[in-house]
Amino acid sequence: MQLFKNATKFDFMGRRKPAIALSVVLLLISIGALVGKGLNFGLDFTGGTLIELGYSHAVDLKPVRETLESLGFAEAVVQHFGTASDILIRIAPDVDTSNAEISNIVMDALKASEPGEIQMRRVEFVGPQVGEELTNDGGLAMIYALICILVYVGFRFEYRLAVGSVMALVHDVVITLGVFALFQLDFDLTVLAAVLAVIGYSLNDTIVVFDRIRENFRKMRKGTSEEVINVSLNQTLTRTVMTSFTTLLVLIALFIFGGELIHGFATALIIGVVVGTYSSIYVASSSALMLGISKADLMPVVVEKEGEEIDDRP
Amino acid sequence: MLNQYPAWKYLLVIVVLLVGVLYALPNLFGEDPALQVTSTRTAEVDLATQDKVQKLLTDAGIAYDSITLADARLLVRFSDTGAQMEAKDVVKKGLGRGHVVALNLAPRTPDWLVSLGAEPMYLGLDLRGGVHFLMEVDVDSAVRQAEERYIGDFRGLLRKNKVRYARVARYFNEDVDRDGLARSGVEIKFKSAEVRDEAEGLLDAEYPDLELRGDDRADGYYLLAGLDAKERREVRKLALKQNITTLRNRVNELGVSEPVIQQQGDSRIVVQLPGVQDTARAKEILGATATLEFRLADETHDVQEAVRGRVPPGLKLYPERDGGHVLLKNRVMLTGDYIIDASSGLDQQSGSPAVYITLDGKGASIFSKVTGENIKKLMGVVFIENKTETRMVDGKPVKTRRTVEEVINVARIQDQLSKRFQITGLDSTKEAHNLALLLRAGALAAPIEIIEERTIGPSLGQENIDQGFMSVIIGFVLVLAFMAIWYRGFGLVANLALALNLVVIVAVLSMLQATLTLPGIAGIVLTVGMAVDANVLIFERIREELRNGISPQTAISAGYEKAFSTIADANITTLIAAVILYGFGTGPIKGFAITLSIGIVTSMFTAIVGTRAVVNLMYGGRRVDKLSI
Repeated sequence: MQLFKNATKFDFMGRRKPAIALSVVLLLISIGALVGKGLNFGLDFTGGTLIELGYSHAVDLKPVRETLESLGFAEAVVQHFGTASDILIRIAPDVDTSNAEISNIVMDALKASEPGEIQMRRVEFVGPQVGEELTNDGGLAMIYALICILVYVGFRFEYRLAVGSVMALVHDVVITLGVFALFQLDFDLTVLAAVLAVIGYSLNDTIVVFDRIRENFRKMRKGTSEEVINVSLNQTLTRTVMTSFTTLLVLIALFIFGGELIHGFATALIIGVVVGTYSSIYVASSSALMLGISKADLMPVVVEKEGEEIDDRP
Repeated sequence: MLNQYPAWKYLLVIVVLLVGVLYALPNLFGEDPALQVTSTRTAEVDLATQDKVQKLLTDAGIAYDSITLADARLLVRFSDTGAQMEAKDVVKKGLGRGHVVALNLAPRTPDWLVSLGAEPMYLGLDLRGGVHFLMEVDVDSAVRQAEERYIGDFRGLLRKNKVRYARVARYFNEDVDRDGLARSGVEIKFKSAEVRDEAEGLLDAEYPDLELRGDDRADGYYLLAGLDAKERREVRKLALKQNITTLRNRVNELGVSEPVIQQQGDSRIVVQLPGVQDTARAKEILGATATLEFRLADETHDVQEAVRGRVPPGLKLYPERDGGHVLLKNRVMLTGDYIIDASSGLDQQSGSPAVYITLDGKGASIFSKVTGENIKKLMGVVFIENKTETRMVDGKPVKTRRTVEEVINVARIQDQLSKRFQITGLDSTKEAHNLALLLRAGALAAPIEIIEERTIGPSLGQENIDQGFMSVIIGFVLVLAFMAIWYRGFGLVANLALALNLVVIVAVLSMLQATLTLPGIAGIVLTVGMAVDANVLIFERIREELRNGISPQTAISAGYEKAFSTIADANITTLIAAVILYGFGTGPIKGFAITLSIGIVTSMFTAIVGTRAVVNLMYGGRRVDKLSI
């Protein structure tokens, strides 16, 4: 089976202007959401206490809230988690109550007020200092990843392509984060891991396209930069679509069957893969083209002997 | 000749396949509920223990599958968890203290695999259930203690040499981050610079390792003395080490199989207790520092007067457990440092809970002397507990340390006390048990605080395994089906490689005994999706070459050749992201980075070398008119 019977001849670069417009709009919305609403940081970053409890029957949230209020946790967020018999309690870090004891206090009180059995499914407590560190480290990790990749691509290819690929990366990361901000999805450590994986994945796609662009610049004697890029994009199109498709297949499996804890992770990667596929075609190549990539830039480098020149000087 | 591998390459693929299958195999056998008996410092696990346990179980009528002794660890396997639980109570009671009896899940790996070093993957806490604590050790307080010890030493030295000083005290400047005299140390005040210099000479001769500096201030001449930077580092390191040892002892007392107690950074300790459910108790035991002090009680002054604020000199007012107060003398008869063992039980006469204490030789001689001098007098036992908490004040974490001092018992000294004696006056047997445990495990060198906790219940752990496994299977099957439809013959070859890749990932994880976490499983799922990428690249290249009218054999060769550098570039960049993620990540996230990295490397091998070997076997060295692609 084949996606396209014959070699395709889509004029991708000819349509790069509307594509850029689309990207700019998406980026603006994302940045707007990030600035306006901000990310809904999970417990890993804010610090606080999270308790997941499993009741033996469907449970009403009101008495649970009342019990918590009587303990002095009026600000606690209580919600169902997955099923009606599972609840999730979140207690934000507070001036007076920020220590590892909270979960025990809450558990004891709820067990006392409930005739049936309550099962402790999960307790997470993150101290304020840890949350702060994770936020810093997370941001740093993302920046390090971007820099290392920029260096590697710059070393393997050419700086215009390196810039193009990093533009695509930033594009993908910002839009993925933007979706999380826009819909106020919970942003925890696993989502951060997924965003870093998106960086790796998006680049994977871009590299494949760039590899072909480089090859074609060296091989094709005729044709403008725009034409060469178009041919390259068309040649790699099937592969780009195929790989994204198989990756999406497994991600959807993960999203549906992986359980609640892995939901955010799968969501971030699905968004990242879709956006990454688009950006490897449009953003990365367009950026390189706009930076003025040309045949001469990608020809094998002839080593110049600088020393000789100096010696020739009178 | 095109498309023929040398024999060694086929051999390599076969070896990888065999080794992969062999080391992935242990994961298929499942686990037995088991009981693990290990020893603490005072006892040993040997054949005698094995006989004893066997007898205990037979007497109690509990059936067990096997009992083995290896590496000073006794493992008893059961066919169901009911027998396991029952056996735990029986064995624990029968063996008494000195042995740690813990519930365990023992892998059912056959002996011939174990002898090859093949073990199942190590499951993270999010998959098996358990508690993860991150603890912060207040290492600076160890420096403080070290500095405070010098105060008395300096006074003694100066007095002995008749050097007159005005004051000796410890100082601490919170604003200074840098280590050294500017931050903390001991300051000695003198009337004149000459005396100060004389003292400096004395101190320098006696304590050559200390950093000394004169400081002239408006109110007098000061001499600053403190630990140098190297010494401070040593003190901190030692405090952390001692804490780790203490925590290990305490965890042993809790009876946990395969606990992890590890240093993290300069001042943190990670404690992981698989299978522990009662986190309240775990926290109580791990987090507290407790010690005892024995002081003589005052019988002449009025306690009520002291409660109102007039405490007579030389005495200190202490609260009692029952809400009352008692006056004790400032002088300490004995501190908890000399305690070498403590156990709980019931007092023979009153039947109330009691703690039996054993002192070391030095402590025993001190104690017998002071109690001998004070027979018929009242003695108070002070229980001192340190708790550290972090509170948020104005958005900044601020540490507060609370010391709770309570008199748990006041009794008349009936007789000269020595090496062994008992304390009563505790609320419950549980409290007696906990106190004994704390005393036995030793006081922590520096206060410790839990700054992160992650507990996963056993039901959620199992659910995570099931769901993770399910998504791997479904994702895998979807990709297999898709590849077979899309690339037909070549698709099947890619599927073989994908299956091999999965086996090799599991094998490598098992060999490294790396921790598999839920995000780690997600990493495997992701790898399955991305691993076919290399094959897609190669196959699309081959199709392209075929379209250009090149013969099948040449097309295969060109396809693999041309796709290689692309595959390498694409994978290396993903690997960079994975490695950075590993460096930054904690626990579960590290698991993701590990599986992703392993998956990238193994998939390059299986997708390039593995598929090529099969393709070469199918087509190599023959006339081929058409490829199934």
